[in-house]
Amino acid sequence: MSVNGTAAPRIVRTRTRTLPRLGRPTSRAPWLLLGPFLALFVLTFALPIIMAVVSSFQRVERAGLFGEAGESTVFAGFSNYAQALEDSNFITSIGRMLLFGIVQVPVMIALCTLLALLLESASARWPGLFRAAYFLPYGIPGVIATILWSFLYTPGLSPLLDAAQVVGVEINPLGSELVLWSIANIVTWTYTGYNMLIVIAQLKSIPGELYEAARLDGAGPVRIARSIQLPLIRPALMLTTVFSIIGTLQLFAEPQVLANSSTAIDSGYTPNLAAYTNAFAYNNYGVAAAQAVLIAVIAFTLSFTFLRLSNRGSR
Amino acid sequence: MTTTPQTPTAQLSTPHPASHDPAAGARRSRARAGGSPGATNPARQVLVTGILVVVALYFLVPVYWVIVAASKSSSDLFATPGFLFSGQVQLWQNIQQVFTAGDGIFGRWLLNSVLYAGVGALIATYLAAAGGYALAKYAFRGRDTIFGVILGGVLVPGTATALPLFLLFSSLGLANTYWAVLLPSLVSPFGLFLCQVYARTTIDDGLLEAARLDGAGELRIFHTVGLRILTPALVTVFLFQLVGIWNNYFLPLVMLSDEKLYPVTLGLQNWNSQVSRLPEFYELTTAGVLVSIIPLAIAMIILQRFWRGGLTEGSIK
Repeated sequence: MSVNGTAAPRIVRTRTRTLPRLGRPTSRAPWLLLGPFLALFVLTFALPIIMAVVSSFQRVERAGLFGEAGESTVFAGFSNYAQALEDSNFITSIGRMLLFGIVQVPVMIALCTLLALLLESASARWPGLFRAAYFLPYGIPGVIATILWSFLYTPGLSPLLDAAQVVGVEINPLGSELVLWSIANIVTWTYTGYNMLIVIAQLKSIPGELYEAARLDGAGPVRIARSIQLPLIRPALMLTTVFSIIGTLQLFAEPQVLANSSTAIDSGYTPNLAAYTNAFAYNNYGVAAAQAVLIAVIAFTLSFTFLRLSNRGSR
Repeated sequence: MTTTPQTPTAQLSTPHPASHDPAAGARRSRARAGGSPGATNPARQVLVTGILVVVALYFLVPVYWVIVAASKSSSDLFATPGFLFSGQVQLWQNIQQVFTAGDGIFGRWLLNSVLYAGVGALIATYLAAAGGYALAKYAFRGRDTIFGVILGGVLVPGTATALPLFLLFSSLGLANTYWAVLLPSLVSPFGLFLCQVYARTTIDDGLLEAARLDGAGELRIFHTVGLRILTPALVTVFLFQLVGIWNNYFLPLVMLSDEKLYPVTLGLQNWNSQVSRLPEFYELTTAGVLVSIIPLAIAMIILQRFWRGGLTEGSIK
């Protein structure tokens, strides 16, 4: 009897999924097991999403001058969406996130791939130590990381800016030109190590014989990386890219916290920040819901476009 | 290194004639466990390690800075060089101050975070395991639909659900309670997905059938056989969820108005938002950041080696 409970991740592609002949003794068992998850999933995922979609088509009308005669919810058609899309600040914030994503996601994925390849190569000394060091920031919540970096971005407080001044470089990471890239730096700092671990997990699943064969054919490390490792870690790279795209579109904590110390960040700097402001500062829930739905739709579209394009590229 | 006789040069070399000797075939067939590419070469080792050190500086210097900053008074913070300890190290006083400020509210925030993340991740892992196991090991009507819908949940931005969730919980009277943060933390679609893939590929149907013949009930089989085999995946799911909940900011921000229920992320941001008006909050915030980093940083360093099982299995193709 072979029960490889402790086996390292094995990429087992069972294409032909044989339905087990089980479920015969009781048909209740799967529902008992799945039930609690399903109930909570409905409560915290399905219902809120349905509610968001419904309220994105509704408007609250207040009767009387100050709403003293009560409120009523009426069907609003696409007016919330129209309002969201006509708001040039909202469109600008989406464009800002796209620019952010086009630069930050490839940089981070390239960096985490490079680090993973270097750490897994025989040339690296103390790989365990470096891996832990790179992964450390992931354990620091985005909010805390942003507070930390915001101090390092503050003139007078930051030794980095002092050092830059000594060599004659005057930069203001919190100014309107640089603040987006200051946020990008925080995100890269936090998530590179995490993505690197996903890539390393897949690198470790490459069979040793492949390396052996390539080396006997005279391939050097660069050649091995290009011809063997990179093609085989594609699934991990795609996974991390899709998660990064989704993460970029819902950027919230970093800009919201950084707004404490930077006047360049307003209450609608990212799409999510705009939705939050609409819902809680302006009580404009319908528009906020429409914005949340739009953000989710854009995230879906970009993820699927990326998957489609990269799948086509591989065929 | 174990086998390779030739020493690859730093550049991409042309195929080595020696590699076509008759012994090559024999060597080729020898499997190597945990193969890593590239044999050692002193010059390359120095170069690679040099790069790794520079990158490590990028990741570690901010952490070093916060240790230094947390040991200074607010006036020293601006007056002395940022990377050097000042003459008067008051790390301990600052940390004491963090825990005594506002009637010891910081300790409460830390405990809240431990509660949300610890309890939440534990239950979430169990529920994801049970659900993933059920979807992998039983054939029943609607199975594929349910799995598809849950998979869709993986891609839904967490912040898209937070606002409607607040309205829903308000109407249920759950907003601004522990439940408001805890309940949504119990669901991990990604965890269920990992468990489903792992259960499908590692749990042998024959084993379950044998347990059934021995007269074990279905739930009993899951708890004794299933959970044990799933353990490597469960560690991954637990860590994912632990960090996810610990780092969450948007959900508690939306849900909680009572300071006593805050997790440490929300609490520290509350202090941080006051530094521009009251500079003494610099002391509190930097020392608070340091204290809040420590528990999870230690956990990360110890646990990162376990952060593997099932991570990339069945990932997007």
